[in-house]
Amino acid sequence: MIPEDIKKAAEAWTEKAVRRATSRSPERSARFETASGTPVERLYLPEEAPITEYDEKLGFPGEYPFTRGVQTTMYRGRLWTMRQYAGFSTAEDSNRRYRYLLEQGSTGLSVAFDLPTQIGLDSDDERCIGEVGKVGVAIDTLEDMERLFEGIPLDRVSTSMTINAPAAVLLAMYIAAAEKQGVPRGQLAGTIQNDVLKEYIARGTYIFPPEPSLRIVADIFAYCTTEVPRWNTISISGYHIREAGATAAQEVAFTLADAICYIETALAAGLAIDQFAPRLTFFFAAHTDLFEEVAKFRAARRLYAKLMKERFKAEDPRSMMLRFHTQTGGVTLTAQQPDNNVVRVAIQALAAVLGGTQSLHTNSKDEALALPTEDAVTVALRTQQIIAYESGVTNTIDPLAGSFFVESLTDQIEAAATAYIAEIDRMGGVVKAIESGYVQQEIERSAYEFGRSIEDKRRVIVGVNEFKSAADPDIELFEVPEEVRAHQIERLNEVRGRRDQKAVKEALDCLRQAAGDSKSNLMPPILAAVHAYASIGEICGVLRESFGEYEESFS
Amino acid sequence: MSKGRILIAKPGLDGHDRGAKYVAHLLRDAGYEVIYTGIRKTPDQIVSAAIQEDVQLIGLSLLSGAHNVLFERVLTLLSEKGADDILVFGGGTIPAKDIPRLRSMGVRAIFTPGTPAESILQTVSRLLSKPPSGDRGQEAITT
Repeated sequence: MIPEDIKKAAEAWTEKAVRRATSRSPERSARFETASGTPVERLYLPEEAPITEYDEKLGFPGEYPFTRGVQTTMYRGRLWTMRQYAGFSTAEDSNRRYRYLLEQGSTGLSVAFDLPTQIGLDSDDERCIGEVGKVGVAIDTLEDMERLFEGIPLDRVSTSMTINAPAAVLLAMYIAAAEKQGVPRGQLAGTIQNDVLKEYIARGTYIFPPEPSLRIVADIFAYCTTEVPRWNTISISGYHIREAGATAAQEVAFTLADAICYIETALAAGLAIDQFAPRLTFFFAAHTDLFEEVAKFRAARRLYAKLMKERFKAEDPRSMMLRFHTQTGGVTLTAQQPDNNVVRVAIQALAAVLGGTQSLHTNSKDEALALPTEDAVTVALRTQQIIAYESGVTNTIDPLAGSFFVESLTDQIEAAATAYIAEIDRMGGVVKAIESGYVQQEIERSAYEFGRSIEDKRRVIVGVNEFKSAADPDIELFEVPEEVRAHQIERLNEVRGRRDQKAVKEALDCLRQAAGDSKSNLMPPILAAVHAYASIGEICGVLRESFGEYEESFS
Repeated sequence: MSKGRILIAKPGLDGHDRGAKYVAHLLRDAGYEVIYTGIRKTPDQIVSAAIQEDVQLIGLSLLSGAHNVLFERVLTLLSEKGADDILVFGGGTIPAKDIPRLRSMGVRAIFTPGTPAESILQTVSRLLSKPPSGDRGQEAITT
């Protein structure tokens, strides 16, 4: 049968068989849609396009347009990196959790910093009351960083750090801590998130206004190209955009719009596209609508490859590869019946794997309530291991390719994202679209619509608006004691008392000078200040004086 | 005519504002005048804004785990400034075990994840129907 004949036969089937079946018993709903609100048809049919345009739309794994994956053999060669985001309290406590995760079979580390660290404040700053060590580990000086990685071989373990506005400072601390272990910076592998645009959009840990923030990003790109060549210099993140309420297509669109801005900034700073683009990475969410999520990852890869080749004239295939980390969707976790979250996470993790992720974090079942306990984290890691070793989905590449439904969704998400990117281009780029509140409002609208659909039960969330239990069992929750702040302040004061004050002052003066000269790269003076045990608050304080601080605009 | 004035505020350093914006939107749609502070406000800034904007209610949203310290700070400042006729409710990832303590310090209601909109609207309406007084009763329902 050729597609034309199939189409005719399908029409006949709809006229007769479907009409008969639905007259006897109607379908469950007049309209079916994905979690993002895309209409879903009863049945998808083979079309000409995927076959006649195979090369253009799908291609082969490891080859342009990378729809089917960025590596030639994908998981037949090497599984994804199982990388659990973790960090809390003090450096010692987090170090213990990292060692535990590595013993349990984690294959990479992912550091969560507390909010003061993420905002470039010392633990003794008045604004940090209640926040020290809460959502991640507190880092004030290089000494904390040395403790954080004590006994962990940084030449063999790759580390991802969720750090944005002060990414340069934490990268410098990592380099310095590694060199104290005897590992040269050229051998270091890992990632800094370093994506400040999405902080303005959705995540909130910005410090400086966009212009100096983008300069810091470009300085890091340039520095790492020669000094830390194996380092992924940015992880352009859709995850938090999705968590804030975006649809799947908005997640892809706003993330790639941010990518465009970073690339243009680096090009304007004089870097060549194929010099820095191979080190750019991405970070997406995986939600529970399995096929939509798989299609999203495939669409993002294809769209990015085209963008890099056609718009930015990249020539190195590595510049066109969208390599990404995935985290299962935090917002999909429910506080009610927390055991159900294990199942949600399993489906989401499967979506990430079927979508070809390079690394994966699986959330723990208790994370709608608190930071995860060690037991909950273990189940989350085991979920990845079951998918990797028992499910069989890793044995062939891009197994959902050719699914009429998945290919159709892939095309639709790509088209919707392309339209958003064109709209943002018309506005003059993503910084303008953020400053005008456009991106935030689009996300808020989707979030509100999603919330309403739960309220009026158009959407069922098991245990929340249907299938409720009378009472939830008491589960043991992880808690960070308030004393962490006092402990951290004590330690910070010790370091301040012990260090060479003159060296600190000189280093900070050098940094101030570099900050005032847009031609200077900020990484070397930051590294010098870190070596002198200047604190993150002192270093960011100098930059705050030079660059000013960002003020959120909202309607 | 407005049914009441409410400040939705984000104390501390937490950037998760989906819930705060959702509740602000919900209350606006229900006919309240809502002022949203934006993220990363100090308790001082929140209390000043509440007094300046002459609100009857403050809704505090926090997902970082700093609620015990920061909610208390807001209540203390309100009382110090003689503004404890402004009632406070809260929301976010707040473990059940912390709720009795938050309520005993004067937080009138805590909305944890999954709370239906209807229950938020009912509680807000009930809080606003109480005559203003300095008494720290615990009539509000938590969910």
